[in-house]
Amino acid sequence: MPKYVLVGASAAGIGAVEAIREIDKKGTITIISDEQCPQYSRPMISDLISGKADFGKMMCREHEFWEKNDVQALTGRTAVSLNLSEKYVMLDKGDLVDFEKLLVATGGRPFVPKIEGSDKEGVFTFTTLSDAESLALKLEKAESAVVIGAGLIGVSCTEALVKRGLEVTMVELQEKILSLILDPTASEMVENVIRKAGVTIVTGQTVKRIVGKPENDKAVGGAVLTSGDQVDCDVVIIAIGVIPRIELVTGTKVKTNRGILVDKTMRTNVKDVYASGDVAEAYDFVYGENRLLPLWPLAQLEGKVAGYNMAGKKADYPGGTVMSSLKYFGIPVISIGVANPKDPDPYEILVNHDPERSLYKKIVLKDNQIVGVTLVNCIEKAGVLFHLMKNSVNVKKFKQDLVSDDFCLATLPRSLRRKLYPGEYK
Amino acid sequence: MKRIIVKEEHCIGCGLCEVYCTVQHSKSKDIIKAYNKEKPRPTSRVTLEVHKPVSFAIQCRHCEDAPCVTACLSGAMKKDEETGLVTHDPDRCIGCWTCIMVCPYGAIKMDSSGKVVSKCDLCAELDIPACVANCPNDALVYKEVKK
Ligand SMILES: Cc1cc2nc3c(=O)[nH]c(=O)nc-3n(C[C@H](O)[C@H](O)[C@H](O)COP(=O)(O)OP(=O)(O)OC[C@H]3O[C@@H](n4cnc5c(N)ncnc54)[C@H](O)[C@@H]3O)c2cc1C
Ligand code: SF4
Ligand code: SF4
Repeated sequence: MPKYVLVGASAAGIGAVEAIREIDKKGTITIISDEQCPQYSRPMISDLISGKADFGKMMCREHEFWEKNDVQALTGRTAVSLNLSEKYVMLDKGDLVDFEKLLVATGGRPFVPKIEGSDKEGVFTFTTLSDAESLALKLEKAESAVVIGAGLIGVSCTEALVKRGLEVTMVELQEKILSLILDPTASEMVENVIRKAGVTIVTGQTVKRIVGKPENDKAVGGAVLTSGDQVDCDVVIIAIGVIPRIELVTGTKVKTNRGILVDKTMRTNVKDVYASGDVAEAYDFVYGENRLLPLWPLAQLEGKVAGYNMAGKKADYPGGTVMSSLKYFGIPVISIGVANPKDPDPYEILVNHDPERSLYKKIVLKDNQIVGVTLVNCIEKAGVLFHLMKNSVNVKKFKQDLVSDDFCLATLPRSLRRKLYPGEYK
Repeated sequence: MKRIIVKEEHCIGCGLCEVYCTVQHSKSKDIIKAYNKEKPRPTSRVTLEVHKPVSFAIQCRHCEDAPCVTACLSGAMKKDEETGLVTHDPDRCIGCWTCIMVCPYGAIKMDSSGKVVSKCDLCAELDIPACVANCPNDALVYKEVKK
């Protein structure tokens, strides 16, 4: 009976458990997580802060998920080292867990830059449930906050704080917010909405020092920006990004770059050792190379592919790409692939921008294939575009229609629809 | 397993499928009340897609290997092992639109409340889904398909 051991029980770990159990009902599965309650949805920690979700609603699987799938869940336990030749994982108390197939799904940890004063009480990161719980406690007495970083996590945290009634200043080093996923036009549309909600946005700057309160230097009292200006606040949240937690495989034969390197089956260079999720560098079909893509849907899919292969069913990861959907501050945005090509040369860009209705559609083409999609306030057909993108469809004949207001499945030529959606539309 | 089959050459673009889907998913189940009284107006889960002269209705295909289920951030989208249906639980949904991004058919809509998504449930409580039953031209057919 195969012994599966999974380290990390979040998106990738859950995806792997479901896939393994689809194929193998008997093999023993042990999952190790240093968190107490693993099966929660990380993206939902902002809903816990805003009060939109309670603990129960945050579970992305039922409470009995592990029992139902006959998984031994070692929660609150850390895997500290690996022995690949003797095939075991060592845990924090020195106990050993043998494996036949191992999945490293250890995700990422928040990147925390060195900032003077970051040891003060009231400085938080925003990645885990326990981060959110301690922040929520602190917020009972806080009135204002500085959020460092205006990427996806920073924006989600900011929205939650605004809903809690805090006065928030968002500080971003780049000239635009969400600059990794949005072009300047889309970024500005989102920025306007966030400002309207009362948030102060400071771009092109960072926090160089965190200072204490006049009456208590140990507690956060303000953040000093690069310009020298000080923003008074009760809490500082560092939301700059995550870095892969590769420490478990560091020093072993498992090859890493910034993340763990994997092939299309999610296997590392070592037999029987797999990696998935934020910790892995998986295939990006737009860039044609493996890279870090810390996103929930991809982590689940990668975990699923690893799970199938671990259980003996051949499966290839189809590849993912940067793909973000944003709901924050009531402005729906979807951005997939190349949002903002620096060198416009090999690309063709199609745009439909209607400021009056606050609509924006942009498609980036390369050799008549879609490589980038940005949609603001008109997201419902995003999946059709993504499907064309994944299937490298030549869109030359109907490219102008891609950005039209009424683009939909019916826009596609019939022959193409039949090819792309076999079995439908007889 | 019964599924809705779309016959585009029979579709005349009348939009009755949307009307009856809206009514079926309204509180009152009454056409006038559903359209004129309920606020926000209930969302039709089927969409009449038009690109003249082509038109057809599209609703969730209940995919075998459903991308929306794998992508869902909250666990609101689920595959029912027994019926094979892809179900959506609006109480768990956080309206993150991730499923919209990955549905190859564009079959998921933002609910008219703007807070969650909405998609075809094959009218679980009816023998024949409302859109199929009310299509005047048999452009939608409900029939057994192989798994
Ligand atoms: C606030 C926030 C909002 C987000 N919003 C979105 C969004 O809208 N859309 C989106 O696609 N993505 C979003 N993400 C990203 C998404 O949450 C991640 O991509 C996803 O959680 C990755 O899953 P994972 O399983 O790879 O790793 P993780 O979720 O990082 O989980 C890894 C688990 O392994 C545990 N672990 C690590 N090392 C060890 C060890 N040695 N021993 C034991 N346990 C260990 C960790 O504690 C953790 O529980 C968001 C993230 C955050 C924080
Ligand atoms: S919503 Fe879309 S992806 Fe999900 S099952 Fe239905 S058709 Fe498939
Ligand atoms: S919008 Fe709702 S159903 Fe869709 S992915 Fe988000 S939580 Fe899941």
